[in-house]
Amino acid sequence: MPALSRDDVAHLARLARMELTDDELDHYAEQLDVILGAVRRVSEVAANDVEPMSHPVAISNVFRADVQSPGLSQQDALAAAPAVEDHRFRVPRILDEE
Amino acid sequence: MSFHYTSAVDLADGIATGEYSAREVTTAFLDRIAETDGELNAFLLVDTAGALATADAIDAARADGEALGPLAGVPVAVKDVLATRGLTTTCGSRMLEDWVPTYDATVTARLREAGAVIVGKTNMDEFAMGSSTENSAFGPTRNPWDTQRIPGGSSGGSAVAVAARQTPLSLGTDTGGSIRQPAAMCGVVGVKPTYGGVSRYGLVALASSLDQVGPFATTVTDAALLHSVIGGHDPRDSTSIDAAVPPVLRAARHADIRGVRVGVVKQLTGDGFQPAVRGLFQQALDALAAAGAEIVEVDCPHFEYALAAYYLILPSECSSNLAKFDSVRYGLRVGDDGSRSVEQVMSMTREAGFGPEVKRRIMLGTYALSSGYYDAYYGQAQKVRTLIARDFADAFHDADVLATPTAPTTAFPLGEKVDDPLSMYLQDIATIPANLAGVPAMSVPIGQDESGLPVGLQFMAPAMKDERLYNAGAALEALIGWESRP
Repeated sequence: MPALSRDDVAHLARLARMELTDDELDHYAEQLDVILGAVRRVSEVAANDVEPMSHPVAISNVFRADVQSPGLSQQDALAAAPAVEDHRFRVPRILDEE
Repeated sequence: MSFHYTSAVDLADGIATGEYSAREVTTAFLDRIAETDGELNAFLLVDTAGALATADAIDAARADGEALGPLAGVPVAVKDVLATRGLTTTCGSRMLEDWVPTYDATVTARLREAGAVIVGKTNMDEFAMGSSTENSAFGPTRNPWDTQRIPGGSSGGSAVAVAARQTPLSLGTDTGGSIRQPAAMCGVVGVKPTYGGVSRYGLVALASSLDQVGPFATTVTDAALLHSVIGGHDPRDSTSIDAAVPPVLRAARHADIRGVRVGVVKQLTGDGFQPAVRGLFQQALDALAAAGAEIVEVDCPHFEYALAAYYLILPSECSSNLAKFDSVRYGLRVGDDGSRSVEQVMSMTREAGFGPEVKRRIMLGTYALSSGYYDAYYGQAQKVRTLIARDFADAFHDADVLATPTAPTTAFPLGEKVDDPLSMYLQDIATIPANLAGVPAMSVPIGQDESGLPVGLQFMAPAMKDERLYNAGAALEALIGWESRP
């Protein structure tokens, strides 16, 4: 039985905000199932009492000195925006109309 | 005058002493790019005007008696995943096709301070995901040894630019082998420094616990020169290690392999490696032994699970990092006709802007991080990662450096694996463990297979002992005596 159905892939694509086509859903369902089958091998390792490793360097919070320094200007921050209005990012509507 | 086969070290010396000008050198390499890149497609952008202006500034500074930086007048190409102020930085993606950064990555800034001439931005697998550079939205890069074959990836453009002598030096990034594997396939030197050894400020992140920036060059000493310029602490990167750059240039210049214990990783020499790769690897070990190295076998039992752990950790981090491409602040925006919601526009944009491999990995990561699967997948992979790091620690008790073939095969034909993700992933079987543990690693060319395609050997060293790579690498380079001339 496949680990991942076409519906599962559609769900993942929705979570990841990607509007996949029907062809893509079929194709990725097949491929992702094969990949998951391979990576599932990690479960063969007995590791119950092993600490997880998130990062190669042991660091905790890293703070800089609390000193003012120049940041991006408003103009620079907006330079690559897809749409700008009144010196701000203009976004598509964020609320439903009803 | 032709400078293409002159080392970066000699070019820097020649410019500093006035034997030739930065403009002559820069012009020669720009001409070479113009002649060859129509076929190779190593560059996504060539900054002819900017490069010549920098070269002229170097020549003027020298004429005025000013002190010159260590790379003054030397051309360098930069992978298109590193921010360059005023120069489009696409990451090989439609998503960022028109993105012009308003700031420099720290490594870019350090190149400029060192006097390097940035000639352009190099092609890559989209957002550094791939092992062939075929996942670029702007067409594949071709291997100069055989233009029907892939150059490796994801830093394929940077590897080819150096192999084809379009530039003496280039920068790449390596998350699971993206510098070392293309270096091997193109017959050049490529180094992934210690995690934290080179700043990532201004690098568009793929997997933040794995990514590292590093040099490509045709010689180990040239790679050391570039490494020493880009390395060192950066307060803008909170994962940057606050320590001096390891003495890589000295190590490369005074290489001595006598008494060095070279550990051959038992798990990474057998089946799955092409016979010619295994043969050349063994010859290289024999040469090292004859020169006084001590060859020992080391056992790293969990390396067998490295690929599986990596393809859970990487997609998880990547799905999270790439969530920022939401069509709001920068990059592509599709379908914003006034009637659609921000979420619809976001979904249409990400559908249009990302290629197949990026979509696959985002969905894999979304899956591995989703509730109910997190412990079995991402959590378990992180534990395996700990065990791999312990394998390294044990191995470095018995060996000063570890050695493996860099990649299981030589360069394969374009199109062969592009829609077969698992087979593509196997390309990184030998390179992934170093990223998981954060240790430095280098690929050095060791010859050619029966079809004339280059093969590389990988050295790995303990964290912040990068100089050991350069010592062993320079010694091996001298012993092999192979010159990379596609």
